[in-house]
Amino acid sequence: MIEVQVRLKRKHFELDASLQLSQRVTAIYGPSGAGKSTLLSIIAGITQPDSGRIVIDGECLFDSQARINKPIHQRKIGLVFQEGRLFPHLTVEHNLSYALNFTPVKNQQFQLKQIVALLELEALLKQRPHQLSGGEKQRVALGRALLSSPRLLMLDEPLASLDDRLKNQILPFLKLVSTEINIPMIYISHSKKEIMQITDNLVDIQHGKVNYQL
Amino acid sequence: MLDILRFTPSEISILALSLKVALFCVVLILVPAVVVAWVLARKSFFGKSLLDSLVHLPLVLPPVVPGFLLLLLLGNQGLIGKYLHNIFGISLAFTWMGAVVASAVMAFPLMVRSARLAISQVDKGLEIAAQSLGAHPLKVFFTITLPLSMPGIITGLILAFSRSLGEFGATITFVGNIENETRTLPLAIYSYTQIPDGDLPALRLVILSMALALGALMISDRLERKANQNIGRHHD
Repeated sequence: MIEVQVRLKRKHFELDASLQLSQRVTAIYGPSGAGKSTLLSIIAGITQPDSGRIVIDGECLFDSQARINKPIHQRKIGLVFQEGRLFPHLTVEHNLSYALNFTPVKNQQFQLKQIVALLELEALLKQRPHQLSGGEKQRVALGRALLSSPRLLMLDEPLASLDDRLKNQILPFLKLVSTEINIPMIYISHSKKEIMQITDNLVDIQHGKVNYQL
Repeated sequence: MLDILRFTPSEISILALSLKVALFCVVLILVPAVVVAWVLARKSFFGKSLLDSLVHLPLVLPPVVPGFLLLLLLGNQGLIGKYLHNIFGISLAFTWMGAVVASAVMAFPLMVRSARLAISQVDKGLEIAAQSLGAHPLKVFFTITLPLSMPGIITGLILAFSRSLGEFGATITFVGNIENETRTLPLAIYSYTQIPDGDLPALRLVILSMALALGALMISDRLERKANQNIGRHHD
């Protein structure tokens, strides 16, 4: 259960979002500039809202009244970004295992080889990010986020920078993760077509406001 | 004919002293310079532009000015120097350690500039990604920011090293020109130009200086290439 109720006011933009997500996989849909990414960055702890409250599975991550604001590295929210953001100086293998250094073994939900098998990364392990195609990068980014054993996985337009052929290569893996892996997931996209392949649970954001929720 | 390449013991000791001073200088400023560079690249706070200007001051002042200020501060009768001298028995003025301090002050801004540029070019998105994977900001610095800015930090180190080898004004003002103690390559060259028949020995040291500078630049280029490859960046 994810409860978010936040307000953020900037010069030319206002976000006023209130949503409760109980489904395991939810898509947040809206045109660019609607506030999708801002909402994600608030939930992840990258951007601080002016006021509000964020609670995930009973644990409060942010509460402006109680002055609670957990830093990013304590929120345990896995992020997959549009540009992948793989660490260029590390091999694929070390990118994947990066989070294992910060997660006690008993809290680790996956082993490296499970994720490598699930996302078919075996052949890429010794490569550097600059040697990968866009689709491969996103698969590694997905695996890296999963290996941090997050309580919530958030994907911000993970397919937006890929062409159709590459999109179709990675979509099966996203579907696989959304069905095989028991981690709540928020999928952000401006493409309804893409979302339809992942989930039916849709939250629509327009002009910084959550319009409807199914 | 090849005798010209055979260095005299005094030339070798001048070279050794110069290298010692330059190495200690680089070791002394490495950590503080990277910390200041990180603060300037990543933080905004009240007084930042003042700090920035103070760091860069030695670049724009005549070197004799920092040298003189060092004498006032760290000389044996200086504001801080007298405590160093009376309590710890350390005396910086007119010693090789003082030469290290003088060249450190002059080389510091060069090191900070390179490191700052390199750190500010590291994508903040990567740092955020690392934090989202559970890494404490300090851990992020050592595992992401520092390795990715290594090429610039290496450039800064070589620049600082070379600046220290060439340091003249601040050194001669603060620690004088004492044979086997503070007479580094530039001071030795200067000394030879002040005596009759000094042209040939001066010229030999000039050639030595040029060889040293060329060597430093070539090593820097190689290290930088290697560091760039390590972070997956390629350029020809």
